[in-house]
Amino acid sequence: MTAAETQSRTGPEGLRFEGVRIEQEGFRLEADLTVPAGARVAVLGPSGAGKSTLLGAVAGFVPLAAGRILWRGRDLGAMAPGERPLSILFQDQNLFPHLTAAQNVGLALRPSLRLDAAERARVEAALARVGLAGLGARRPAQLSGGQQGRVALARALLRARPLLLLDEPFAALGPALKSEMLALVAGIAADAGATLLMVTHEPRDAEAITEAVILVAEGRASPPQPTAALLADPPPALRAYLG
Amino acid sequence: MPEGGAPLPSPPRAGGGRPLRARPAAGQAGAGPGAPPLPAGRGIAVAAGLCVAAVLLVLNLGTLAAVAFHADAPGRLGEADWAAVRFTLWQATASALISVALAIPVARALARRRFPGRALLITALGAPFLLPTLVAVLGILAVFGRGGLVNQGLAALGLPAVTVYGPQGVILAHVFFNLPLATRLILQGWLAIPAERFRLAAALGFTPADTFRHLERPMLREVVPGALAVVFLICLTSFAVALTLGGGPRATTVELAIYQAFRLDFDLGKAALLAMVQFALCALAAALAWGVARPAGFGAGLDRPVARLDAGSPLLRAQDAVAIALAAVFLLTPLAMVVTGGLPHLASLPEPVWRATLRSLMVAAASTVLALAMALALALAITRLGPRPAGALEAIGLMALAASPLVIGTGLFLLLFPLMRPADAALPVTALVNAAMALPFALRALLPALREVEASHGRLADSLGMTGLARLRLVTLPRLARPLGFAAGLTAALSMGDLGVIVLFADPQGATLPLQLYRLMGAYRMDEAAGAALLLLALSLLLFWACDRGGRLGARG
Repeated sequence: MTAAETQSRTGPEGLRFEGVRIEQEGFRLEADLTVPAGARVAVLGPSGAGKSTLLGAVAGFVPLAAGRILWRGRDLGAMAPGERPLSILFQDQNLFPHLTAAQNVGLALRPSLRLDAAERARVEAALARVGLAGLGARRPAQLSGGQQGRVALARALLRARPLLLLDEPFAALGPALKSEMLALVAGIAADAGATLLMVTHEPRDAEAITEAVILVAEGRASPPQPTAALLADPPPALRAYLG
Repeated sequence: MPEGGAPLPSPPRAGGGRPLRARPAAGQAGAGPGAPPLPAGRGIAVAAGLCVAAVLLVLNLGTLAAVAFHADAPGRLGEADWAAVRFTLWQATASALISVALAIPVARALARRRFPGRALLITALGAPFLLPTLVAVLGILAVFGRGGLVNQGLAALGLPAVTVYGPQGVILAHVFFNLPLATRLILQGWLAIPAERFRLAAALGFTPADTFRHLERPMLREVVPGALAVVFLICLTSFAVALTLGGGPRATTVELAIYQAFRLDFDLGKAALLAMVQFALCALAAALAWGVARPAGFGAGLDRPVARLDAGSPLLRAQDAVAIALAAVFLLTPLAMVVTGGLPHLASLPEPVWRATLRSLMVAAASTVLALAMALALALAITRLGPRPAGALEAIGLMALAASPLVIGTGLFLLLFPLMRPADAALPVTALVNAAMALPFALRALLPALREVEASHGRLADSLGMTGLARLRLVTLPRLARPLGFAAGLTAALSMGDLGVIVLFADPQGATLPLQLYRLMGAYRMDEAAGAALLLLALSLLLFWACDRGGRLGARG
């Protein structure tokens, strides 16, 4: 999918990396690409290539050495991480261990956690949507890994931001559970019409729910290409990684 | 008993790769064209921390300037003053050397032996640091004083009596206070040697001498200088011990000389000059202590002994048993004397003692709240700023270790004098000075925990837009419950037992409990003094235990 095809296909521009360059100690990543609004895109690449760093740049945790990141034409650079129109799920530490599941989800509505009855009902509804009805009073330590992931998804659901970033949050789960979670993610993204950007090191995950892949390798993030085509005929860098 | 302050272990990261957030603090604010701005709440935290730093500068340095300005004539240090400086350096060095030298065999024994009551003994080793100085002095007098146990024993054997007053008493008291601290610091080092190394030593057939040379001596080389430096620094600013057991030309410390300059000579210039000399000495010692080694905390994880296969021989067992027994006797006997001496007289304490107790409790509460608020604000600011500003703030926070509480108090009075009478301000000023003096310890307890909270949960809180009061209430404070409780307990206990600035300024009706105790001792009303000492001891330990326990409970919830 060339940049022109991408743009003409879905109309409103989504996430745009404009001449972006990220530099950290001994590491460098360049990106100049567009993700159309509403697309579901996987970020693939060898370990250490910078997949998480790319997401971190979008989320506001990694400063840019050059270029800008735009969402629907708005420069994200001036916004603090909490102000950006996105929700991010990390590899770990997605929940506050001393707050209950309901409180963790409630943070989506109000960071001060002072919720009225209507808002509490919405929290319950979100938990029910991810299959955790009635478990709101439990602390993360009393929930399984899969359930913790669902709580984080419920919070992302409630935040209802147009961009959803996932940084391998289900890496520690078994295969069956992971597919279940990915299906849930796809459902939530579809319901909200959100754009999904998902880092994964498992090509099967990419095949399962995404339609395009951004390849991060050798210091470059390539523009999105159709998943099936890319995995059927991988370029040398990806081929070395896939084996 | 100080035992907490252990930072929580960092969570492991699933999958490989570099962490999501660029290293915090080093480059967030204005670091290049693409860096996002700090959320609004952080600006407030930094501003609060800077305010606290300004207050501390006024407290530590501004008061010194006030005293110097109010001097009638520039101070000059006479022969007696230089003798005080020499004695201060000498006794601090001797106390440090003796404490550490005695601590090493005790720490080794505790590291490699398992026996019932071991955990209790190690906990009890934390107590002398919290002990009100006067109480410990009373206990020491009960054992080593003119009518004490030792002299009774010597008289029974027909030997001449020993006197505890003078340089030997000062050093003895310092060793009493600091031997447990040094033991815990060195014990930590011992327990940090991995058990696998001892197994390897056993597999290679090491003798105990070999084990010492290859395993233990390198560890000691690392840990001992830090312990020496810490004890040296603590002994440098000694006041109450010198006041009660020292005095006279041969046994006066700089702090005591400052007190005499204020009280007896009314020579503000000399006091200011002495304070500057002390500041310089302490700054050097503090830089040494914090630079040479950073003890990891007040003793987390000291409970598990390491199985030592080389230490089974009866001779070594006997050695360890003797070391532990002697240490226990040396430390617990004075305390036991205080308890047994005071128990009969507890109920019949005169009215002024109870009123003084109430005053002390109020001062302790006030200084705890102040110290925690200041330490929290400072710590929040330190974790938000880049390495150089953070280092400067931390140094300001620790500055009180080098300052003289007497000078701080007097300076405050001089600054406040146009506004209120010294007697009215004695208690608030004492609370403020106690808070400032406890601040370094509170900061030391809070900073690692705060850094841990930021590292574990900072980016999650950022990504959810949690800032300001909500973030403090929901994320930071719950995770800081344990170190906050520990710091509160430490401040409360130290404040309760403090005899410093109050000596200069309280009127007969406005005494705190330690001052009342000092007056009772001075009037030779020893029965009542014993009762008051037991009361002071019990309250100080109770305050620490209550706050520390509250912190632990808060952390579990």
